[in-house]
Amino acid sequence: MTDVPADPSFRASSALPAAALDVRAARIAFGDRVVARDLDLAFPAGRTTCLLGRSGVGKTSLLRWLAGLLPGSQRAQPVAWMAQADLLMPWLTVLDNVLLGYRLRGDAAALRAAGPRARALLAEVGLADRAAERPEGLSGGMRQRVALARTLCEDRPVVLMDEPFGHLDAVTRLDLQDVTARLLAGRTAVLVTHDPLEALRLGHEVRVLSGAPVTIGPAIVPPGAAPRDPADPALIALQARLVADLRAPPEGRAA
Amino acid sequence: MRPLVTALGLLLGWEALVRLTGVPVYILPPPSTVLRVLVERADLLLAEAAWTAAEMLLGLALGLVLGGGLAIVFAASAGWRRWALPLVIVSQAIPVIALAPLLVLWLGYGMASKVAMAALVIFFPVVSALYDGLRRTEPGWIELARTMDAPSHAVLLQIRLPAALPAFASGARIAAAVAPIGAVIGEWVGASAGLGYLVTLSLARGQTPLAFAALVVLCLLGLALYYATDWAGRRLVPWQSQGA
Repeated sequence: MTDVPADPSFRASSALPAAALDVRAARIAFGDRVVARDLDLAFPAGRTTCLLGRSGVGKTSLLRWLAGLLPGSQRAQPVAWMAQADLLMPWLTVLDNVLLGYRLRGDAAALRAAGPRARALLAEVGLADRAAERPEGLSGGMRQRVALARTLCEDRPVVLMDEPFGHLDAVTRLDLQDVTARLLAGRTAVLVTHDPLEALRLGHEVRVLSGAPVTIGPAIVPPGAAPRDPADPALIALQARLVADLRAPPEGRAA
Repeated sequence: MRPLVTALGLLLGWEALVRLTGVPVYILPPPSTVLRVLVERADLLLAEAAWTAAEMLLGLALGLVLGGGLAIVFAASAGWRRWALPLVIVSQAIPVIALAPLLVLWLGYGMASKVAMAALVIFFPVVSALYDGLRRTEPGWIELARTMDAPSHAVLLQIRLPAALPAFASGARIAAAVAPIGAVIGEWVGASAGLGYLVTLSLARGQTPLAFAALVVLCLLGLALYYATDWAGRRLVPWQSQGA
């Protein structure tokens, strides 16, 4: 992106070099139900990969596995995690919510140092003037913006997002996708969604998940830079193809 | 407004009943007599009320601190949970009232035995309310904290505890409602001051109107304590209306 302000104090993007995330021979199972077996996946560094699939295919399980949240799973590297619910703490101000990770880790120097970053991120998501408020007064879209700022404030090499805009209305979702695409630039991100348009707007790569145990389709690379225009005919054509892909029975696609 | 009308109606009915049946005053004094005694003996009643209020407040504070502390220990340590939690639950089978004479025997006729009694009565509601609250943290918050590499004590103190404060506040409200019971039972068993003491003493002397007046003051004291706790809870836990 070229429109990021040059002022270094306003710089909200990551200081860490983006890292690739590789999954080798992953096995995810809940008791007898095997979600994934011998799964190999590579998420390229500095890019946003969207995992697209129907409900229940195991997208969220895969993401939780990557985050080290499933029993027996070990994450490959530190991640910043954004769930479907905003998970804002109602007793903390908006700013303190953004700084949650630093507060929890209890490193006073790191917390102080992260303050300007948190404020810059709040400005990026358009909530600079709400920093001192408690989240209860915010709309759903604003709350999710705060959650986005909190996720990116963590400054981890990999960002994992689990249907982050699933609860929002269509227009708010488009707005947030724009903000997200801007802020994820240069980061390694994995975004799980069931919305083909969202995947196509945000992903450098879109991969379709299907079947049980899950198989992962080839990388689809939408043209142009994110956030892509939802009215772009090329995008609409791709969306139609993805929808057809999602609706096809798994055997048909495997053949 | 409506409960006030109901109360007024009941008082009028009571007054009429006493006047029509001619019940002696030492059996059932009419409200008008109780009101007169309330005014005439205001000094005595206030002095005894101050004593009982001190017992209730100290007992409430002690019970909240001990109960809250134990709930946090239970939440933090599986060992304590396994070894001591069943005991706390079983201890509720002991009728606390039956312990009052023992407490007076051990701690004397002064304020300490009443404070202990009040603390004992409110201990369990406080422990169980806060412990339940600590166990029912929104799982997403805990997971988020895990991805942030938060140490478990930080998760307990910075997430689970504040998340449980609304539950603690409702536990404290219940405690405030029962704390007077503890204090007054202590006074009945053996005391030299307080409203409960005044009730037993005036009844023994045939001064039933004074006993009634003391009961009225006791009611007002209990209500004041309850509403003060409720108010404090709302002030200190303003997010509880959200019900996270």
